[in-house]
Amino acid sequence: MAQLTQRAATFQRTLSAAAVSSTRCLSTASTSPITVETSLPFTGHKIDPPSRSVETTPQELLSFFRDMALMRRMEIAADSLYKAKLIRGFCHLYDGQEAVAVGMEAAITRKDCIITAYRDHCIFLGRGGTLLESFSELMGRKDGCSKGKGGSMHFYKKEGGFYGGHGIVGAQVPLGCGLAFAQKYSKDENVTFAMYGDGAANQGQLFEALNMAALWDLPAILVCENNHYGMGTAEWRAAKSPAYYKRGDYVPGLKVDGMDALAVKQACKFAKSMPSRMDQLFSKWTPTGIMDTLCLILEAPIVRVMRLVVSD
Amino acid sequence: MLKILRQKAGAARAVVLSSRNYSASAKQMTVREALNSALDEEMSADHRVFLMGEEVGEYQGAYKVTKGLLQKYGPERVVDTPITEAGFTGIGVGAAYYGLRPVVEFMTFNFAMQAIDHIINSAAKTNYMSSGNISVPVVFRGPNGAAAGVGAQHSQCYAAWYGAIPGLKVLSPYSSEDARGLLKAAIRDPDPVVFLENELLYGESFPVSEEVLDAGFSTPIGKAKAAEILAKDGIDAEVINLRSIRPLDRSTINASVRKTNRLVTVEEGFPQHGVGAEICASIVEDSLVISTLQSRGSLGQMSQCRMLLTLNEWLFRRL
Repeated sequence: MAQLTQRAATFQRTLSAAAVSSTRCLSTASTSPITVETSLPFTGHKIDPPSRSVETTPQELLSFFRDMALMRRMEIAADSLYKAKLIRGFCHLYDGQEAVAVGMEAAITRKDCIITAYRDHCIFLGRGGTLLESFSELMGRKDGCSKGKGGSMHFYKKEGGFYGGHGIVGAQVPLGCGLAFAQKYSKDENVTFAMYGDGAANQGQLFEALNMAALWDLPAILVCENNHYGMGTAEWRAAKSPAYYKRGDYVPGLKVDGMDALAVKQACKFAKSMPSRMDQLFSKWTPTGIMDTLCLILEAPIVRVMRLVVSD
Repeated sequence: MLKILRQKAGAARAVVLSSRNYSASAKQMTVREALNSALDEEMSADHRVFLMGEEVGEYQGAYKVTKGLLQKYGPERVVDTPITEAGFTGIGVGAAYYGLRPVVEFMTFNFAMQAIDHIINSAAKTNYMSSGNISVPVVFRGPNGAAAGVGAQHSQCYAAWYGAIPGLKVLSPYSSEDARGLLKAAIRDPDPVVFLENELLYGESFPVSEEVLDAGFSTPIGKAKAAEILAKDGIDAEVINLRSIRPLDRSTINASVRKTNRLVTVEEGFPQHGVGAEICASIVEDSLVISTLQSRGSLGQMSQCRMLLTLNEWLFRRL
């Protein structure tokens, strides 16, 4: 808890710094480029990190805000539905982690593939899914994206480059490397983002897949969303080394502030553009959705973008 | 006596061979050659087909089933993997998600246990869970069951385990014709197929007709084959070579039992919860008239973690 309070204080400082240092005058429809500094610097492992200055536009910032706010509202609504027993089974929520989904989408195309674990509702939205498809699927209705047969953990949208939605912790990482294998085999100039949590970071199959991806030079980017909990167990009790971005050893890694959508966008753009198609290990700090109790940190990714939009 | 043969047993093999009619023009082909030629032809016909597994490339195959294929198709399509079944099976299934048609080889199916999560949860169930959005055209193949004294950890038969899983097709070829036809059908199939070979059969030779040798040949999945009528030692028996564990050819089995009123099942796997047990259950359900016996109904129909309570209730009410 003390750790969380310390981070909250850091965020308050960086938020104010971002707001004060900007000299922007934003019009909502404007597509003129502006440059924003990420709130925290990147840290590289066996690689020079990208610049902290991110190119964006007011229109993009507004779309970030809208998308993240939509995702947040959807997850909170899902939480209420779950408590009302209209959603049964599992319901893993992504509120607090929206900046990762939104920042990633801004850097990639629908021809790039994303695969993730069971915290997949917002990734699905980012890949072109609709609210109707999401809520219907959560409640087991035939209008759901999987016609009600998948449920919370099994959203898919192959035509949008989204390959699920996987219930077995860590399984999505070799699958994601398989998608990258197929992209390379088919000579598509695209990449795959295989997302996983800090809990899955300890899985053996992740390292098996990482070895093969590095050996065969696959266009795979492994993204660790670190919310400091693996199911109900805190990170310090599960992982000897919490520096997940270094876990790739011979594979370059980047530590990114997952609360900052622009930092995520910069990092994903950087990873995608790597000329030698090395796969990378990211480590993003984000709080948990369901378990975090500190409101300021939950709000931070959306508030940060909001401040950028409205400041002048 | 009726014998249902799922795999070669020593006596049955001898009996079947001795009663075949050899024509002068029939070509002899080993099971190994049959598998090799099937892989070769399917890789040639469809660029999406590729092989991966331990020793499939430079070593020419642990049992030489993939001999010559690396030279012909190159390392992109014949991929030697490290000894990491969980990892490479996941990679194969992921490639199938994208639209390729991988053939994943396990050196034996004992090692596939390390990857069984990907076979079942990532491959078999995905078409259902995605309601058809993602199909998984992958083939898992390799030797299954006993070899020549390789010990307990290397000798298990997995037919019953995989045969229980909805979403999988499970095949167990016997002859070269079976091997060729079924492997081609498996590779062309849009769903995951577990293809259980047997190491001891690789070197066995069988006659194959011109039809079998054609590149377009394939055997429909799910059909058992009536083997020879045995007249040995005065035993009159119908021998059924199942070939397909899942789907099980219940109609052929039941028709034969109703005709003969007798049944012997022969398998390599452990008896409890085995293929023979399922055959007996099928006979009890479909062929026996016991008025007090309730059918199993839809118990165990494919329905993984159901999110909607009412669908769960509907399924279990059918018991």
